[in-house]
Amino acid sequence: MLEVKDLHVTVEGKEILKGLSLTVKAGEVHAIMGPNGAGKSTLSAVIAGKEGYEVTSGTITFEGQDVLEMEIEERALAGMLLGFQYPVEIPGVKNIYLLKAALNAQRAANGQADIPAPEFMKLIKSKIAEMKMDASFLQRAVNEGFSGGEKKRNEILQMLVLQPKLAMLDEIDSGLDIDAMRIVADGVNSLRAADRGILLVTHYQRLLDYIIPDHVHVLVDGRIAKSGDKELAKELESRGYDWVVEETAA
Amino acid sequence: MASQEMEQLVRREYKEGFVTDIESDTIPPGLDEGTIAFISQKKGEPEWMLEWRLKAYHQWLKMTPPSWAHLDYPAIDYQAISYFSAPKRPEDGPQSLDEVDPKLLETYEKLGIPLHERAALAGVAVDAVFDSVSVTTTFKEKLGEAGVIFCSISEAIRDYPELIKQYLGTVVPVADNYFAALNSAVFTDGSFVFVPEGVTCPMELSTYFRINAANTGQFERTLIICESRAQVSYLEGCTAPQRDENQLHAAVVELVALEDAYIKYSTVQNWYPGDEDGKGGIYNFVTKRGDCRGDRSRISWTQVETGSAITWKYPSCVLRGKDSIGEFYSVAVTNGRQQADTGTKMIHIGEGTRSYIVSKGISAGRSNQSYRGLVKIGPRAKGARNFTQCDSLLIGDQCGAHTFPYQEIGNSTATVEHEATTSKIGEDQLFYCQSRGISEEDAVSMIVNGFCKDVFQELPMEFAVEAEALLNVTLEGAVG
Repeated sequence: MLEVKDLHVTVEGKEILKGLSLTVKAGEVHAIMGPNGAGKSTLSAVIAGKEGYEVTSGTITFEGQDVLEMEIEERALAGMLLGFQYPVEIPGVKNIYLLKAALNAQRAANGQADIPAPEFMKLIKSKIAEMKMDASFLQRAVNEGFSGGEKKRNEILQMLVLQPKLAMLDEIDSGLDIDAMRIVADGVNSLRAADRGILLVTHYQRLLDYIIPDHVHVLVDGRIAKSGDKELAKELESRGYDWVVEETAA
Repeated sequence: MASQEMEQLVRREYKEGFVTDIESDTIPPGLDEGTIAFISQKKGEPEWMLEWRLKAYHQWLKMTPPSWAHLDYPAIDYQAISYFSAPKRPEDGPQSLDEVDPKLLETYEKLGIPLHERAALAGVAVDAVFDSVSVTTTFKEKLGEAGVIFCSISEAIRDYPELIKQYLGTVVPVADNYFAALNSAVFTDGSFVFVPEGVTCPMELSTYFRINAANTGQFERTLIICESRAQVSYLEGCTAPQRDENQLHAAVVELVALEDAYIKYSTVQNWYPGDEDGKGGIYNFVTKRGDCRGDRSRISWTQVETGSAITWKYPSCVLRGKDSIGEFYSVAVTNGRQQADTGTKMIHIGEGTRSYIVSKGISAGRSNQSYRGLVKIGPRAKGARNFTQCDSLLIGDQCGAHTFPYQEIGNSTATVEHEATTSKIGEDQLFYCQSRGISEEDAVSMIVNGFCKDVFQELPMEFAVEAEALLNVTLEGAVG
């Protein structure tokens, strides 16, 4: 589904990713872990198409399409969706309006008409219940005045509505208390499906107690230094990142 | 987004603009007593009105144009302007929509203007527009039953001289400012509304106005009077693009609210802003003032300003009556080389008076925009309150936004609050929306409309929808 090959990325002249390769197949959950500054968030940002990241070499393909040639919205419409670590506030724009616009953009790309209002309301109601969110969220401006936990739940809500083929979640656990983390993790787990890939970027192992990954990759200095299964995450939890860093240097 | 790319995309042409030939018995350019006498005679005015105009003219001669505004334009040659053109005859206009520029019709479509209004707006001969004629007749009957007078200012001068004598120039005195004095001397067009005591005008005076007075004049004069406990909602202008041969526009609007009266005045202004270099755009110098003369009266200005090369406009309220309320809600959008210096004045005279100002400025391209607001609280205005919120949104990095708030507080019991923000349309916000599959253009319009929401919700319902569409058309291509 997603294939990243020998990806080199610079930000403001500094090389952040130095030859990263990664393959995500449908039905798999991959966790990208690593020390701060290793380039974890850069990977998902580049896949989503954020400005300011220069790909100097390497390729990203998604279902055979050259991702780097696609506009930001085309990537989303192709089925790649990024859940933000710090979702931005958009004053005056109702949450429900953004959701509807995004869903209709997706439908338009698939040659479908706009979703009828009753059908949309029914869909939204079931999804907000799933995320244990109050209906009043829909009428509030996007992320405005939301707590950290509310923002993250809102990101997952969007995923549940838009049903991406590849869900990328950037540090979705940061700033969450344990209850919020459970809700967010439940939401992510409900996204698990045979035809969907999930890419989790996280610094801490604790999220992986709730979302069990199929593959764990440790990112050190712009490259994947080590890959394994969920046991690797546990090892990182007890031993920290230093040993991987040392192993890489050796 | 690279600024170069942004700059390229910001350049858009006023594709909605169109030029129609103006056929009229225009008098030669120039202004003297003879010109004014000609206008007064053409309009069939009584002697006292001519004297009133001449008095204004003599005051104007002694005045100089204001130079304090944050605007840059060449000096205007007032002798090069033609001050009178007779109204167009129906047979000279297009006879059906088939003769109207399809591009214009496309814009009407984009703006969501109802079908039956499009023909009238495009200047199609009224006889050919059966729908709107019948609509108009129904309106007239309804207003008449309620006792509301709604006619052109020229008719009012002939038919209601006592009301005109009593109220005209009492809110904006003839020598109030340079442009108001000029308007007083030469105005040729405009509306008159009188809502008698206790009457709530049975309809928004918008739809009617849009159908019948789409061809507005260069020097408009509007006077609206609400007697005690009367109410009216008036809508001026139109989202449909308007182009005019006359570059200089200097309108005067006077509102008078007596005890417990409420006047809501909404404006949508979409004059031709000029080409890429700002050439040929309309200069719009407007004096708008409301007088809350009676206790507990309320005047509310709502404006959406998207057009003109130059905008100089400060709809104001004089809060004379005890516990009277003045409101100003404004969205001003500038793109290309447009310049706008706009804001409001709230003059608190009476006890317990309150004013509320919400100003949203959006600058794109190489445009420049200033908010200029005065809150003045007089010594007798015990317990007066003002709240001002003034937000600017910048699109691209070659535009400017400026805020000039003035406060003159002559009373220690007053409460004055001012909040101001300036933000760039966030690339983070754009990226967020786009990464949800929403196109950049839709994302910009979503963000901008969100920014303007506080003001749009003050507009009459059906107009708010059009205003949103207008904003999108105005900012089309403002961002890649």
